[in-house]
Amino acid sequence: MTFYTNHPILFVLAGIIVAVVLAQSVFFLVKAWRRGVALGMDRAKLRRIAVTAAIFTIAPAVAIVISVITLAKDLGVALPWLRLSVVGSLSYETIAATNAESAMGLTFGQAPALNASQYVTISAVMTISIMVGIWLVPVVCRKLQSGMINLEQRDAKWADVFQASMFIGMISAFVGYVFCDVSTVLSGSFVGLIPVAVMAVSALVMCLSGLLVAKTKIRWISDYALPVSLIVGMASAIPITAWLS
Amino acid sequence: MKKEMTYMDQVHSWGLRWNMFVMVLLLAFPVVVAILFRALPDWRGLIFGLIATAPMYWAVGVIETFTYIPMLGAGGSYLSFVTGNISNLKLPCALNALEQADVKANSDEGEVVSTIAIATSSIVTTIIIILGVVLLVPLSPILNSPVLEPAFAQILPALFGGLGVVFVSRNWKIAIAPVSLMLILFIAVPALNAGTVGIMVPVSVLFTLGVSRLLYKKGWL
Repeated sequence: MTFYTNHPILFVLAGIIVAVVLAQSVFFLVKAWRRGVALGMDRAKLRRIAVTAAIFTIAPAVAIVISVITLAKDLGVALPWLRLSVVGSLSYETIAATNAESAMGLTFGQAPALNASQYVTISAVMTISIMVGIWLVPVVCRKLQSGMINLEQRDAKWADVFQASMFIGMISAFVGYVFCDVSTVLSGSFVGLIPVAVMAVSALVMCLSGLLVAKTKIRWISDYALPVSLIVGMASAIPITAWLS
Repeated sequence: MKKEMTYMDQVHSWGLRWNMFVMVLLLAFPVVVAILFRALPDWRGLIFGLIATAPMYWAVGVIETFTYIPMLGAGGSYLSFVTGNISNLKLPCALNALEQADVKANSDEGEVVSTIAIATSSIVTTIIIILGVVLLVPLSPILNSPVLEPAFAQILPALFGGLGVVFVSRNWKIAIAPVSLMLILFIAVPALNAGTVGIMVPVSVLFTLGVSRLLYKKGWL
């Protein structure tokens, strides 16, 4: 069999793994749904949660497709499809592929058609490097969850503060990241303000949604506020980038 | 008499089996390709590629696991660490769902809500990527068009603008110190950027927990 990076057999192998991961997601969805119903949760509420999550996911998922296209230039389509459907992200996979190619004397983005040996090497480096979370979660998840429940039983108020602090800590890191290039203003370039302006637009849309809910008492607006703020924020990036670049 | 399993016991049992199964399948991919095409890996490339990549990823992976599990819930954690894109998709999705449902993350209802949100998000992501792969040729020029490029480059600011304003406004006393610290660090340290934000998440979480504990002890929260 002559190897090339878009060989149909590679799509079959990747497709089998992606199908298993899809089955895992469906399995957990069904189990959680049944559990919710057993707990007496309103089916309409559960449906709204699923619909909002689905709508919210569309734009970031399209961005992942763009990442597949980016990586496909070197690796063909099957491997990026697999890596970005299971565990990976563009930054992780690009670094792993770059390091593997560089160790074989190749340059990422300029590699000639890979042979089977190079392809196996790159896919092995990408896979082994990213595997920690998959096996570590089953090892520590039960203990960490029990710890959280014990915390809740010992001091419910501190448990709430603890949880809120974890969320705020995560969000703070990304807020900081949005401002990471603002110092470019000192050298006369306003490019570093683009993400700041986009974040401001998104935050403004969220605030307006909140005001609209308060004024009109229409609850479903808040269900779609985050997906809408995401899309409007992304759309605003087009004129903002043209303006500040 | 055999003790009956609770729902959470079952989630851990399912999670263990699914994650181990997926891990074996993932590791099998390069092995099967090697067998089918009768090709051994480039051992030097493999060893040096792993030395350059694995230690950093393993360290980050361990820290991420301990940081994200308490936020994602059990079912959400098993799924998220298989499907990936946690901080930029699965976790915001779960946070929004918990907010929408007005339930605590560590309650029975919170476990259900975050798992439904993350599972739905994983299914939609997987289907969209499949569509993207099938329609790659006609889609490539559209998705790579210079007009749309700025929109996809700014997903994180657009995402955390909406999410941030909700959580920061509700927990502003907790947020002041970590937001200030992260702003100072990201503006002052050139090495902190899109590539290192994932490493800064645990740092920020630990700092926030420390400050919150102090404020809580003083009765300011």
